[in-house]
Amino acid sequence: MSKYIIRRALGLIPTMLIIITVCFFLIRVAPGGPFSSEKKIPPQIMKNIEKKYHMDEPLIQQYGRYVVNVLRGDFGPSYKYKDYDVNYYIAQGLPKSLLLGTISILLAVLLGTAAGMFSALRQNTWVDYTWMSFAVVGISVPVFVLGPVLMYIFSIRLGWLPVAGWIDEHGLKALVLPVLALFYQYFATIARLSRASFLETIRSDYVRTAKAKGLKTSYIMMKHVLKGASLPVVSYLGPAFSGIITGSIVVEQIFRVPGLGRHFVQSAFNRDYTMIMGTVIVYSLILVIMNFLVDVLYGYLDPRISYS
Amino acid sequence: MSEVILKVNDLKTYFNTDDGIVKAVDGVSFELEKGEMLGIVGESGSGKSVTNLSLMKLIPSPPGKIMSGTAMLDGVDIFKMNDNEIRKLRGNRIGMIFQDPMTSLNPFLRISTQMIETIMLHQDKDKSAARARAVEMLEMVGIPNPSKRINDYPHQFSGGMRQRVMIAMALSCDPEILIADEPTSALDVTIQAQIIEVMQELCRKLNTAVIMITHDLGVVAGICDKVCVMYAGRIVEKGSNDEIFKDPKHPYTQGLIKSVPRLDRPSKGRLYSIEGQPPNVIDLPECCPFHPRCEKAMDKCRNTYPPLKVFGKGREVSCWLYEGEK
Repeated sequence: MSKYIIRRALGLIPTMLIIITVCFFLIRVAPGGPFSSEKKIPPQIMKNIEKKYHMDEPLIQQYGRYVVNVLRGDFGPSYKYKDYDVNYYIAQGLPKSLLLGTISILLAVLLGTAAGMFSALRQNTWVDYTWMSFAVVGISVPVFVLGPVLMYIFSIRLGWLPVAGWIDEHGLKALVLPVLALFYQYFATIARLSRASFLETIRSDYVRTAKAKGLKTSYIMMKHVLKGASLPVVSYLGPAFSGIITGSIVVEQIFRVPGLGRHFVQSAFNRDYTMIMGTVIVYSLILVIMNFLVDVLYGYLDPRISYS
Repeated sequence: MSEVILKVNDLKTYFNTDDGIVKAVDGVSFELEKGEMLGIVGESGSGKSVTNLSLMKLIPSPPGKIMSGTAMLDGVDIFKMNDNEIRKLRGNRIGMIFQDPMTSLNPFLRISTQMIETIMLHQDKDKSAARARAVEMLEMVGIPNPSKRINDYPHQFSGGMRQRVMIAMALSCDPEILIADEPTSALDVTIQAQIIEVMQELCRKLNTAVIMITHDLGVVAGICDKVCVMYAGRIVEKGSNDEIFKDPKHPYTQGLIKSVPRLDRPSKGRLYSIEGQPPNVIDLPECCPFHPRCEKAMDKCRNTYPPLKVFGKGREVSCWLYEGEK
């Protein structure tokens, strides 16, 4: 098991290198550059700018320089915002995006699994129907619709919560709507997934054996059912993480959250090469690490999976 | 005179389905004496398993429901017990093993966890004592190197070994009754005999009474003291092992015995088989349910269910053929 973990962890390195390489060349293939939208710049000044950012060097040399810098933990200066480098913007935005994403995924897993479990235990009763109606709505309504609707109801109509902004302006209240918008879809999917797998597990032979041994229902649920029933949810966590990350880019735009998502989107419009690279690297690093953790967790939960 | 420990009387378990009421068990009565082996035989869907799941109150409800009947265990009616009382019975006074050992053990938990939780639940033992008991039981059912194997997961055992684990688990609290629901049906033929032997030997040793549910007449003939033959939710014939196999009275029992391949008789072409299919137990009319397949069917069989004919202690047949006999 520990061997497997080390092997998988080492496998993350080539994955990241491939992402960096593809991304580096891909954005340079796209028409335009960081300075092409400026007013007519005299050729000499343009030359100086390019020299300053090493853009006059051959591409492969730029690539080598960039990779070495990234390995040193330096994402370079932003081509658009002159005052700070990319590291500064990531350090500013990432904690906020992570906070939003982490709360959302945790809530989605906890509430989704609980909703699935209670729906399965009370199958075809009003408990089941209520949770599952919520879930259907969550699955069918996209974030960019749900966000403004929540905003309209809770901020504009009821006035309970701030329309947009972050904790520094409004306190913890500012988190409620972005988290709601971000978590709902994943809560809904997890609730439906876990309901189905709880139903299947509850009817399984080994749960019948557990009942025939005289164990209490609550004990059977926690000890015998939960592990097996949570497997589909665990394997869904990989896609859920990536969904939460891309979803958070949209949600951050809607609720004016000063996270990393804003820079991710704007840097692409600005052709801010280093900023694009920096955000892409951070987001993909989160993703591959999460997928890695899910794999390890899966093996821990199911003893039948061997990693030899 | 042996002591009767379980007396089931007129058990009826019905299932409410969209197509109608399925009378899976419709008036089953039998007695089980201390330490004896009772075989319940019948085709798939004859109600054997439902009868025994009813005794443990493990019928999925809804749609299943125990409509009527009593099951007296030491003078107490199991069907009148509340959830708490029935839980104290399960695994403790009545142990149960199931058909498919591949799915009956929890694949996510170690054998030790699954065995120890049962022992600690019903017996006043701490964890190490419960573990010692579990190892002792595994040794008794013939698991090699039990103190090491107990830490394994079910998937590390073969089917036969898993069924041994199930037997060890079911007997770990010294139950008075062991219900074995087709314990060998899912196993290799070569393993079947071993499992039956282990079960028989252990139950003799612990003086545990066994209800053996099976459709394998060979198993019943080999080990059971008494036999009940079930058809369409009712017991059609009851008797001792000798009586059933040497002098079967019900045409269904006769057919079943005739359709077992025998090595000690000359083979004369095709093996005998009972024509037709078992009846659908939804909305069964008041007739003998076997009459469409019976070679000796009479007019009477098509109109009324035959009453029970008692030939002596524990010898009963439900067939119109014996109406006039003394």
